[in-house]
Amino acid sequence: MDLVTFGVQLLNAVQYGMVLFLVASGLTLVFGILGVINLAHGAFYMLGAYLAYWIATYTGSFALAMAGGVAIAFVVGLLLETVFIRRLYGRDHLAQVLLSFGLILSIDEAREILFGKDVHSVAPPAWLAGSFQLTDNLSYPVYRLAICAFCLVVAALIFLVVTRTRIGMIVRAGAENREMTRVLGIRFDVVNRYVFAVGIALAALGGIVVAPVSTVFPGMGDGMLILSFVVVVLGGIGSVAGAAIGALLIGLTDTFGKVFFPSVSSVLIYVLMAAVLLWRPNGILGRREV
Amino acid sequence: MTNRSMPPISRRTLLTGAAGAATLAVAPGLRAPAIAQNAPLKVGLMLPYTGTYARLGKFIDDGFRLYVERKGGKLGGREIAFVQVDDESKPAAATDNMNRLVGREKVDVVVGTVHSGVAMAMVKVARDTGTLLIIPNAGANDATGPACAPNVFRSSFSNWQPNYPMGKVMFDAGHRNVATITWKYAAGIEQMVAFKEGFAKAGGNVVENLTLPFPEVEFQALITRIAQIKPDAVHAFFAGGGAVKFVKDYAAAGLDKSIPLYGAGFLTDGTLAAQGAAANGIKTTLHYADNLDNPANIAFLKAFKDKTGHVGDIYAVQGYDAAALLEVGMAAAGGDVKQRDKMIAAMGAAKIDSPRGPLSFNKAHNPIQNIYLREVRNGRNEMVAIAQKDVDDPARGCKLT
Amino acid sequence: MMPRWLVPLVLLAIAAALPFGVSTYYVQFIGKAFIMGMLAMALNLAVGHGGMVSICHAAFFGLAGYVLALMSPGYDPASLVLTLPVAAAASGFVALVIGALALRTRGAYFIMVTLAFGEMMFFLFHDTDIAGGSDGTYVNAKPEIAIAGHRLLDLASPLAFYYVVLALLIATIVLLTVLLRSPFGHALAAARDNERRARSLGFPVYRIRLTAFAISGAIAGVAGYFATAQFGFVAPEMLGWHLSATVLVMVLIGGLRSVTGPLVGALVLIGLEEVLKASTDYWKLAEGLIVILIVLSMPNGVRQLWPLIFGATGDAATRPARVPAEANHV
Repeated sequence: MDLVTFGVQLLNAVQYGMVLFLVASGLTLVFGILGVINLAHGAFYMLGAYLAYWIATYTGSFALAMAGGVAIAFVVGLLLETVFIRRLYGRDHLAQVLLSFGLILSIDEAREILFGKDVHSVAPPAWLAGSFQLTDNLSYPVYRLAICAFCLVVAALIFLVVTRTRIGMIVRAGAENREMTRVLGIRFDVVNRYVFAVGIALAALGGIVVAPVSTVFPGMGDGMLILSFVVVVLGGIGSVAGAAIGALLIGLTDTFGKVFFPSVSSVLIYVLMAAVLLWRPNGILGRREV
Repeated sequence: MTNRSMPPISRRTLLTGAAGAATLAVAPGLRAPAIAQNAPLKVGLMLPYTGTYARLGKFIDDGFRLYVERKGGKLGGREIAFVQVDDESKPAAATDNMNRLVGREKVDVVVGTVHSGVAMAMVKVARDTGTLLIIPNAGANDATGPACAPNVFRSSFSNWQPNYPMGKVMFDAGHRNVATITWKYAAGIEQMVAFKEGFAKAGGNVVENLTLPFPEVEFQALITRIAQIKPDAVHAFFAGGGAVKFVKDYAAAGLDKSIPLYGAGFLTDGTLAAQGAAANGIKTTLHYADNLDNPANIAFLKAFKDKTGHVGDIYAVQGYDAAALLEVGMAAAGGDVKQRDKMIAAMGAAKIDSPRGPLSFNKAHNPIQNIYLREVRNGRNEMVAIAQKDVDDPARGCKLT
Repeated sequence: MMPRWLVPLVLLAIAAALPFGVSTYYVQFIGKAFIMGMLAMALNLAVGHGGMVSICHAAFFGLAGYVLALMSPGYDPASLVLTLPVAAAASGFVALVIGALALRTRGAYFIMVTLAFGEMMFFLFHDTDIAGGSDGTYVNAKPEIAIAGHRLLDLASPLAFYYVVLALLIATIVLLTVLLRSPFGHALAAARDNERRARSLGFPVYRIRLTAFAISGAIAGVAGYFATAQFGFVAPEMLGWHLSATVLVMVLIGGLRSVTGPLVGALVLIGLEEVLKASTDYWKLAEGLIVILIVLSMPNGVRQLWPLIFGATGDAATRPARVPAEANHV
């Protein structure tokens, strides 16, 4: 493989990894702070893509689709937390797994009632629709680069919020020692609700962002869910930086796996995971006990 | 068994072809042998109504119903009642679904399906239970090859058929080194093997066979690979949503300007509207073209448009012809499915004036038909030439005589 | 009320007489439900009795099916005596390997890791050429027991198949009951209820759990073997996590603390699906909401309803035994 092609594949890998990060960061936040395993995370990714398709079709504007999709997902997140998820705090993981599985079934069907079950494609915004020449015969869609840039900005924002702001401090403190923070007079029911909604919104945002490069189809959340879990396991639960590392590792493994070992590329990801588990059972940046 | 694998047969999807026949169809007590002749013929439509192939399933369904409607809701004098099952293109649920149709709903004929893996599971049940099966799309070579049976017919094509003639077409266009790309599942592999056979016979060489798992649509890594190996041309097989995405990604990568894209007709059939300008100039081979000007096609396209508001395509034609084939059998048996031998003999010898052109069947019950070379122009698959006339399928491994 | 010892006998008699009362479709249907019940009971050995919440048991289930498919000679039947042990051993072995890795982790990690390894098995069969890829593969003839060409048992007969499944179901119940009443079973329960205490008492917790996980995988394999034999087909979806999660729902419905509860859960859920499918197009929505409702209102499964229906009895399984928090920590 010559250097240019290698560079292009690297770009593919990073772009894939960035989207994975976007979705997985929501999952790791929800788990790290709320202590809730949410199997329905992938369903919200799918829902985001359908919302993007729906809004973009009716308004013709991708920007509106993005804003609207994220806002709707955020509100749905708030509602779900209030009605269902808050009843799970302190319950065992089994209950969380099953409740979120019930949510998956319900969301799938709700999507079918609202948007149907067809496969759709979404047009990227016109100013990002072009592509530019990379090699003598290969051009690269501008939109794919825009995804990278956008995800980087979101990642930077998440880091800033978690490490530099008062909200982030509360959130981190809550994850470390809930009782102590409560004594300090912090309202955890409110924090939890917003963290969950943000997590859901991030999953939906991931779905919205990839809608123009992927197709929008009913089963799209499944694959993403599993990969997000692998990202979280690789990086360490609750660690946003770990999620970034994990997501990039998977992007690289998947893309180059597809090129060099096409028939086992999906399995390679799990071999990677097994290796990391042998080395660090709590993930690359994970704390000792969870 | 699993939640994602068992689509419903609900009371509400029990639809009847003719008004007034509804009550007869769902009341089991009325299925007594004495009046069997008057009871409607129960046709099980096992098609993908959801998922990647949902649109294809709908068009096959519409095509079949259109034919029945044009015959006054009857085939060979019998009213037709339909039972619908969504197979979701999931092989894992196929045997279960087929057993429901045959075992619980007790249908007389099954029509289905699009996905080859699902169709092969259906063939297996059909062979075990002797149920009459008409495959209106799935091209698995095996269905009219080693697994062929007297009671299994196909109104569509074998994977071999549209691809073998493409070898000569591409060689004659001056391409010597060609890369192929497809989903790695039975249909994709069989189509590429057939293409390679035809291309090698013409004197060409397949330099690389790129695959990705069905139904994945992340093509970027493989498209980069194509740009790297720089073949003379690319031959592709995808269908449905995957075909839309591939054609768009291929054009977005700028490859359409330097490496011409060819394909099995499914690449551009039923998906042109979504592909838009990205599809212009793609040449494909198939047993149909949108602008065939034979009278049967003109009449069919008009009737289909009137009924559904959509422009008919090959999938609708295959559904339509499945009903035509069933009618030949029903007419020969005087509407009595118990006269199986007569029915099967008549269907095997059927000569149908199909919208796709003359259609007959070989000993394995696979169609013998023209394969057309088409090019995407004006948002249509317009015929360029007949790539090969009356293409038969080798039916390798079939023991029927 | 019947004496308690009579209940299983009456149920058994009903199950044995069933094929003479209903059509072949329903014999097949009940057989399928029994197989899922076997899988649910196997899973509960890990989840309810061992405190290991696994979402990869479908992988062991499907793997055994693939072993049968790969060992079946073309269009001739495979030998049951040969293929069943190999299939169960293969599933048990893979469970041992996955368990050895997954048990290095705790709590939520364990769940995610099993989920991921289960999907690895799914992709192994989905993406490679081992057996038909995403199309799955066929078992053209059902396995048989034959000696010198003389057929002793042929699973191709629906009746024979049903009774073999029923016999294995009973064998599974007996095996699990004996296992859980043995010192091994007590050690497993002790490790679940309080890991630290079990450790300080000198139990080799890791090894005990791993053994239970492997046995549970092997029994799941037996169930998968028969599921494949029944329909003559195996596809990667049989290894997928949707099935794993569905079986987990069966376990929860039936109750975590008993041997036969998951069997009841399987029958309830499969029956429920059949009814919902026949009555509404949106059966998944209904099922999803029912699952949520059960999780929120009945942490010990529908068995909690039994005292309400039959009047309070001293049945241990109906006692409101909240899952202790320690169960999380595996």
